[in-house]
Amino acid sequence: MASLINEAFQNAKSENRPALLTYTVAGDNTKKKSLEILKSISDYADICELGFPHNTPIADGGQIQTSAYRAIKNGIKINDVFSIARDFKKSKKTKPIILMGYYNMIFQYNENKFLDKCKNVKVDGLIVVDLPYPENKKFASKCKKRGVNFIQLVSPTTSEIRLKKIIKDSHDMLYYISMLSTTGGKLKVSPKKILKRYGKIKNQNKSKNVVIGFGITEKTIKSLKKADGLVVGSAICKEISNSIKKRQNPVTNVTNIVKRLKNKIK
Amino acid sequence: MKLKRGIPLIDQHDQHGFWGGKFGGSFIPETLKKPVEDLTNEFKKLRKDKKFLNKRDFYFKNYIGTPTSFVKLDNLTNHLGGAQIWAKVVSEANGGAHKIYNATVHALICKAMGKKYIVGDTGAGYAGKMLSMAAKKFGLKCKIFMGAKDIKRQKPNCDAMKKNGAEIVPVYSGSQTLVDAVSECMRYWVSNCDNTHMCVGSTVGPNIFVKICGWSTAQISRELKVQLKSKFKKIPNKIKLINCVGGGSSAYGFWSEFIDYDKKQIELIGVEAGGPKKSKLHAAPLSRNAKIGILHGAASYLCQNNEGQINDTESISAGLDYPGVSPIHCFLKDTKRARYTYATDEDALNAHVMVTKYENLNPSLEPSHAFAEAIKIAPKLSKDTIIIVNSCGDAKKDRDILKERLGKK
Ligand SMILES: Cc1ncc(COP(=O)(O)O)c(C=O)c1O
Repeated sequence: MASLINEAFQNAKSENRPALLTYTVAGDNTKKKSLEILKSISDYADICELGFPHNTPIADGGQIQTSAYRAIKNGIKINDVFSIARDFKKSKKTKPIILMGYYNMIFQYNENKFLDKCKNVKVDGLIVVDLPYPENKKFASKCKKRGVNFIQLVSPTTSEIRLKKIIKDSHDMLYYISMLSTTGGKLKVSPKKILKRYGKIKNQNKSKNVVIGFGITEKTIKSLKKADGLVVGSAICKEISNSIKKRQNPVTNVTNIVKRLKNKIK
Repeated sequence: MKLKRGIPLIDQHDQHGFWGGKFGGSFIPETLKKPVEDLTNEFKKLRKDKKFLNKRDFYFKNYIGTPTSFVKLDNLTNHLGGAQIWAKVVSEANGGAHKIYNATVHALICKAMGKKYIVGDTGAGYAGKMLSMAAKKFGLKCKIFMGAKDIKRQKPNCDAMKKNGAEIVPVYSGSQTLVDAVSECMRYWVSNCDNTHMCVGSTVGPNIFVKICGWSTAQISRELKVQLKSKFKKIPNKIKLINCVGGGSSAYGFWSEFIDYDKKQIELIGVEAGGPKKSKLHAAPLSRNAKIGILHGAASYLCQNNEGQINDTESISAGLDYPGVSPIHCFLKDTKRARYTYATDEDALNAHVMVTKYENLNPSLEPSHAFAEAIKIAPKLSKDTIIIVNSCGDAKKDRDILKERLGKK
């Protein structure tokens, strides 16, 4: 499948490095600022994940919760998320953007309407945290029909048989959760172990791009650089919180962090 | 959408875990798929295992102290002058509420699965207190997640948890009540599911937790059925079973044996928390026509805004102060087998005052919601109508609130 997501991975591979994926929350800390952050960090990130914030995020740790609550408090609505994505894609046509969030928001918006909107504003992919396989089959095929990549998650608890099935039904990209944790946890498993399991997933189908996420920071990113891609979320959200606290410009600070992350995996 | 006869309601879901095709399910992160599947298989096995059932019955009898009594409230009946009012005094159970059934079963399952750690959520503090008791009894290490607001308003139960050696983890996010406690407990389980068992405190959460909890509290209606037959020789012709509904574990437990009866013979009435009279906030998704949404891994009627953000709720009763409700109650509502209504904070307080004035009974604020409905409808009903209220909790835990609101000691 010729997708911008695939291209981004190929591009990184040609430079002999993993793709860098960032996660920020739409509307954190304002609509305007989050768009600015997104545009600015995309000079260094290969793929940008944009969270649509929910106020009961059962799989997120403190940093991302704080970002989400802040964005909601500042009035972010789903349609704002789409308009941020649209504006972003207008100026960064070839940069893939992945929306990420919880199913209830899609359900309330209406599945079909939500996916049409994704297609319309040129969203490249979608991660739905609480819509696991196989219940997500119908939804995933609706995504495919609209040219939106549905990204399956895989975890250390995923059984072998299940893994096979998930990979078979996956699109261009898979997301491997490094450890048993919510987002923002400290990396409690050795990189060697994570990469071993990663290798097992990769071996099933080399054409799938597999990224690793959860627990990745400036400190840990280098140790996992063998992966196709690495996702950094909480470390970035934390930087936004710190910038606000210190009354500094989050755009500059977050861009610097992403720049440093990128340098570590070059 | 139709109910089946002869099959427990907890088993009337489809292969994806949905009741009536749309309530329930398991909307969980990938990491929890495996532990949920393991738990599902274990429960399936255990509920057919004679030895396990004997163990359950042994602890229900000797530890929980079943059967709890079934009594006529003569003074209240005479005062209201209509239907007969009876109570199933479930608050006599060890610990003071129905939550002990679910807690005991979860502790037994945890043991059977070889796990040493158990975690749970609590609102009123009863689910937490009971889990801490069961953990102590069976030698498990226990952590309870509880909203900071609830820790303050339900102090007696917190003291009990600590005395039993459980760690209380205060939750400061969101409204600092039950909804946040459940979220935080699930997050903890995501991070520790390899060695830790999770107990959900009501018939909510991913499908399997609804089933285990309902299977546990169903003991209440099994007892009641026997007691009805012994008091009346047969099941009377006009019964109304009134129960408060937070997550719905007490109500399901009270009703499960009677769902197959015609509703003209046995009416099921669930009473949700209407919140303060003057407030727009409430915790009554069934009776105030909330839309279906997904919370804590299940689809149910849910207090939420049109974006799908969960609404703040408000109730004097911490145990009912929850924006969602059990999928099995949504199913009972849509099939019209049960009727759901709500009582306000003030209604519940008034009911508490009246019941304690006329009877030697001290219902907590949760069942006081159910008594409010009984008091409302009894005068209009015939003398051969049997109203039975599940008095599922004891008001000791509400000491501070009652003192503040009623000047009571
Ligand atoms: C005494 C009592 N009744 C009722 C409830 C509400 O829960 P459920 O609807 O699951 O019975 C609680 C919850 O904490 C409780 O403590």
